[in-house]
Amino acid sequence: MSFTAAVITFPGSNCDRDMAVAIEEITGGTVHRVWHGDAVLPDGLDFIALPGGFSYGDYLRSGAMAARSPIMQAVVAEAARGVAVLGVCNGFQVLTEAGLLPGALLRNAGQHFVCRDVALTVGTSRSLFTGGYFKDQRITIPVAHHDGNYYADAATLDRLEAEDRVAFRYAEPVNGSQRQIAGVLNEARNVLGMMPHPERMIEPAHGGSDGRVLFESVLRAAGVTA
Amino acid sequence: MKVRVHVSLKNGVLDPQGRAIHHALEGMGFTGINDVRAGRLIELDVADDVTDAALDDMCARLLANQVIENYRIEKVA
Repeated sequence: MSFTAAVITFPGSNCDRDMAVAIEEITGGTVHRVWHGDAVLPDGLDFIALPGGFSYGDYLRSGAMAARSPIMQAVVAEAARGVAVLGVCNGFQVLTEAGLLPGALLRNAGQHFVCRDVALTVGTSRSLFTGGYFKDQRITIPVAHHDGNYYADAATLDRLEAEDRVAFRYAEPVNGSQRQIAGVLNEARNVLGMMPHPERMIEPAHGGSDGRVLFESVLRAAGVTA
Repeated sequence: MKVRVHVSLKNGVLDPQGRAIHHALEGMGFTGINDVRAGRLIELDVADDVTDAALDDMCARLLANQVIENYRIEKVA
């Protein structure tokens, strides 16, 4: 059985094609493109990706409207079954708004849109997404966001750290995120939200391939042949 | 029935927008400003039989993100 993934497109998503191409190229699997208004996901998914962009024009709060769209009920159900769910950038915002991940993403502390390669450190290799990295590994992945300033109350942050759920941290100041958090896992470790864009760093022509490992990790964890 | 929902950031949540407004006001020469917090006002026009519980549910599930925001419901008329 081959690797099967879905990429959700919301009105205003703009990294959905990049995400689909990255998954196809790296996993050799089948990628279904799913529209936000659909109520059901394809059967037998190994991986669901929520891409970056500006869903619903960032109305109300970034990710707020998308989190209430029909397809998200199906995504929540698949996440509960243990399917790997990745939200990148706006996808991370959607996952926090949907309650699949703790915390919220505020306006960058410096007010500016930040669009550049940033150095990250891998917080944990214990997840479906980070198994191919080693803890404290330094990697470079680009960011492009206005609302990437991760916020959660101190008790939640303490819990995330105690449970080894910080997947990535910024190795340099980027957006004011609490404890330099760039990506977090849910309690079951099968949902990851991150502001940096791994799908934009998968081959030498991108300036590096540090993002490739994330998709390779998901493929390996799925235990299916490409 | 007109309803106003006032959404504000919780204490302790950094407000870069408020800080920028603060900075701009001082740049214009205004003094004595201790702090600025920016919020959001959402006006609803709803049927008279919409219950308080339903209004509260709207706020809790969409209009405010209670991780970072508080809300207050004001019935105008």
